[in-house]
Amino acid sequence: MEDYILEMQGITKEFPGVRALDDINFKVRRGEIHCLVGENGAGKSTLMKVLSGVHRYGTYTGDIIYKGEKQQFRRIADSEKKGIAIIYQELALIPELSIYENIYFGHEIVKGHAIDWNETIIQAGKMLEKVGLHVDPSLPVKKLGVGNQQLVEIAKALSKNVELLILDEPTASLNEDDSERLLRLIRELKNQGVTCIMISHKLKEIIAIADTITVLRDGKTICSLDATERQIQESEIIKYMVGREIEDIYPKRPKHEFGEVCFEIKNWTVKDPDKDRDLLSDVSINVRRGEIVGLQGLMGAGRTELAMSVFGNPTHYPIRSGEIYMDGKKTHFSKPKDAINAGLVYVSEDRKGNGLILIQDIKYNTTLANLKALTKGLSIDENAEVVAANEYKEKLNIKATSVEKRVGDLSGGNQQKVSIAKSLFAKPRVLILDEPTRGIDVGAKYEIYTLMNQLVEEGMSIIMISSELPEVLGMSDRLYIMSEGRICGELLTEEADAEKVMRLAVGTR
Amino acid sequence: MKKENGILSEIVQLTRKNIRDYMMYIALAVIMLFFSSQTNGGFLSARNITNLINQSGYVAVLAIGMTVILIIKHIDLSVGYVAGFSGAVAAILMTQYGFNEWVAILCVLVMGLLIGLYQGVLITRLGVPAFVTTLAGMFIFRGLLNLSLQKTGTIIVRSEGFNLLSNGFIPDIPGVGGRTHILTLIIGAIIVAAFLFSQIKARKNKQKYNFEVVSLPIFIFILVAISALIMLVIYTLANYSGIPWTAVIVAVVLLIYNYVLKKTRLGRSIYGIGGNDQAAELSGINVEGVTLFSFCSMGVLAALAGILYTSRLQSATMTAGLGFEMDAIASAYIGGTAVSGGVGKVTNTIIGALIIMSLTNGMNLMGVDISMQYVVKGIIFVIAVAFDVRTRMKK
Repeated sequence: MEDYILEMQGITKEFPGVRALDDINFKVRRGEIHCLVGENGAGKSTLMKVLSGVHRYGTYTGDIIYKGEKQQFRRIADSEKKGIAIIYQELALIPELSIYENIYFGHEIVKGHAIDWNETIIQAGKMLEKVGLHVDPSLPVKKLGVGNQQLVEIAKALSKNVELLILDEPTASLNEDDSERLLRLIRELKNQGVTCIMISHKLKEIIAIADTITVLRDGKTICSLDATERQIQESEIIKYMVGREIEDIYPKRPKHEFGEVCFEIKNWTVKDPDKDRDLLSDVSINVRRGEIVGLQGLMGAGRTELAMSVFGNPTHYPIRSGEIYMDGKKTHFSKPKDAINAGLVYVSEDRKGNGLILIQDIKYNTTLANLKALTKGLSIDENAEVVAANEYKEKLNIKATSVEKRVGDLSGGNQQKVSIAKSLFAKPRVLILDEPTRGIDVGAKYEIYTLMNQLVEEGMSIIMISSELPEVLGMSDRLYIMSEGRICGELLTEEADAEKVMRLAVGTR
Repeated sequence: MKKENGILSEIVQLTRKNIRDYMMYIALAVIMLFFSSQTNGGFLSARNITNLINQSGYVAVLAIGMTVILIIKHIDLSVGYVAGFSGAVAAILMTQYGFNEWVAILCVLVMGLLIGLYQGVLITRLGVPAFVTTLAGMFIFRGLLNLSLQKTGTIIVRSEGFNLLSNGFIPDIPGVGGRTHILTLIIGAIIVAAFLFSQIKARKNKQKYNFEVVSLPIFIFILVAISALIMLVIYTLANYSGIPWTAVIVAVVLLIYNYVLKKTRLGRSIYGIGGNDQAAELSGINVEGVTLFSFCSMGVLAALAGILYTSRLQSATMTAGLGFEMDAIASAYIGGTAVSGGVGKVTNTIIGALIIMSLTNGMNLMGVDISMQYVVKGIIFVIAVAFDVRTRMKK
């Protein structure tokens, strides 16, 4: 019988309106490197959050059996106590503090009531030795590069006597050398008896390092491949990742001729504000009137950054070079307002974070981006506002008792519809939809697709950013594939298929 | 019987939904009745109510401006000494440079605008946090206040027009009236009529779009109760000296700010920025510009508050401005401005200011020590905000 350190059995986790994990079974052998792959939204991170206690016991169904015992983690501290440590993509270090302070942050070495700093420094040195980082432990963490910061995170995990280490896309922001070093370290840890679960999009790495590969899709376990028995091919993993058949959940629209190119970005290059590299390099894309263009790529490919930096650049990315053309005329947007006035509207992927004002009602949100249209003299015509909000509520089938309902109380799908209603009320000619169907149910998705079809019929142009491959393939006329800040492919939908796109997106040529 | 049950359950529902607002009114009523009983009715006498209005003017004006600042999630600690300094400048312009009072007032309001502009630019363009900018302002304007009065000490203002602002009353219609102030009664009637008209119109509009409205009996009850309350206050004032000029000034400021916040694009932008500044920015709102405006408006209102305060004392003193910002911030929060921003009404802020100033006035009448007054106000302030935060969380 196999020796499993961890068995997750029948895990189901629901968020309002979505089933994020659907009866997942996931087993990890003691001392192996287990890779977890799947598209964005497949449930990888949610599963790890269930495991580490972020989603506490009772908010999901199913059992976690760790080291032969059923566990009921109520918070991260509970799982840490049992030797499970998780390292997130966004590092959780405190930049101003020294390496040794960071390593023992939250579980300080104490003598009596005071922290024993001498012992801390000695122990931190030993941990750094283990991860192969030869620097002065009293350096502030911000002086280290991302790769070395990652090593400090691992050292921190080791200092807690970790037995099961979870890494969420550890190499996503590393260059090749650093990635190589990290992977070597993970192998080294394996030899020392640490079990490791690694989430990654980089298939090459996975094949190089994994003992077992588990593929998740739509919150379900698709398969677990044993890589110790035979060599696994990238194409095999890709097939499992995208394997879902593209059913007819994408409403057809009649073929129609596209107009002129009405929006174009040329040679767009943006520097990464935090690191010495380009976030976007030499990106050129265009969209014609009446066309839906998909912008596909994995998380971190730079799609949202592209949209935001073009849309008036509210987060002030350092733009190195590039030009924007509307209807063939060169323009420049110095704030979102300029872009909106020119007819370009961006619907954020993060509807709660920067799409909607949740404490306000539907009518307030709907009209916010174009109050000018409702202003008579100095005042807002509140009757006209209600009429307009009702019109959009009906058009988009927003389910709420009235337009005076607070947006924060609506379901995800309806919030997304309000977000789109808001952008449509600004009467755009070019619409950028960033992950328009993330986290919403199938019914609402279908409605949004239908609406998109209707809009392009009316002559609007849409750029759809999405990580969901079937969606991009099902909805776009043409698509660009982005990877690491570059456009690495442009395909007509007729000539594209899931595997071709995924191969481009994960950077295998 | 069945119908009564319906109304009863509606009342319960309304109370549950608006508990925050109702508590505020109840608190004000309780405070007023308490002081009235402790002072043998002296607190609610016509004379004292007039006094209360005159004393509250500067706090009300500051609190209105502060509400806007707090809605957009900033703070202004400098308003007290900006007011104090403005009052001193007004007094100096009139007494030492012989300015006409109206010209002096205009100059001081412009100065307030420039002070707001200076602080607003620091906050929006240079990114200095509002807390720091206005804390520095507190130092600076306290210093300037002292410097400007250093040579002369307290300046007595003798301009009659100026002093009327916080001590005078609107004139009565010549030829009519004896003991009772007729014009006051007429204005009261107009206010009630306007109030009834706007409420009924709003209700009709809501019904037109099938929005939720309260049932008719409750609607009528609310209208009658509020109208009666307004008339009671007006009647009391009319039998004393009439409506104080301070009330007129505060009412004008209140009406303007209420209109701007409720009915204009600027108002929408203010709530939007407070609710989610990133979403507001992405919706094409000029976040920097609106923030700058809010601090400018605060500067002007601080100057106006300084004028009212100086007029009330009929002199400019070195202690003017001490603790004003505390009363203003407390008024806005007691009036239901959300600590997390994005929510707040100037009309409720006025109630908050009334609560704070009733406490001051009532405790003064009772002869409570000033240090004790701070403690009491602090406790009531923190209870109000704690209650606010709790009720919001439940929603």
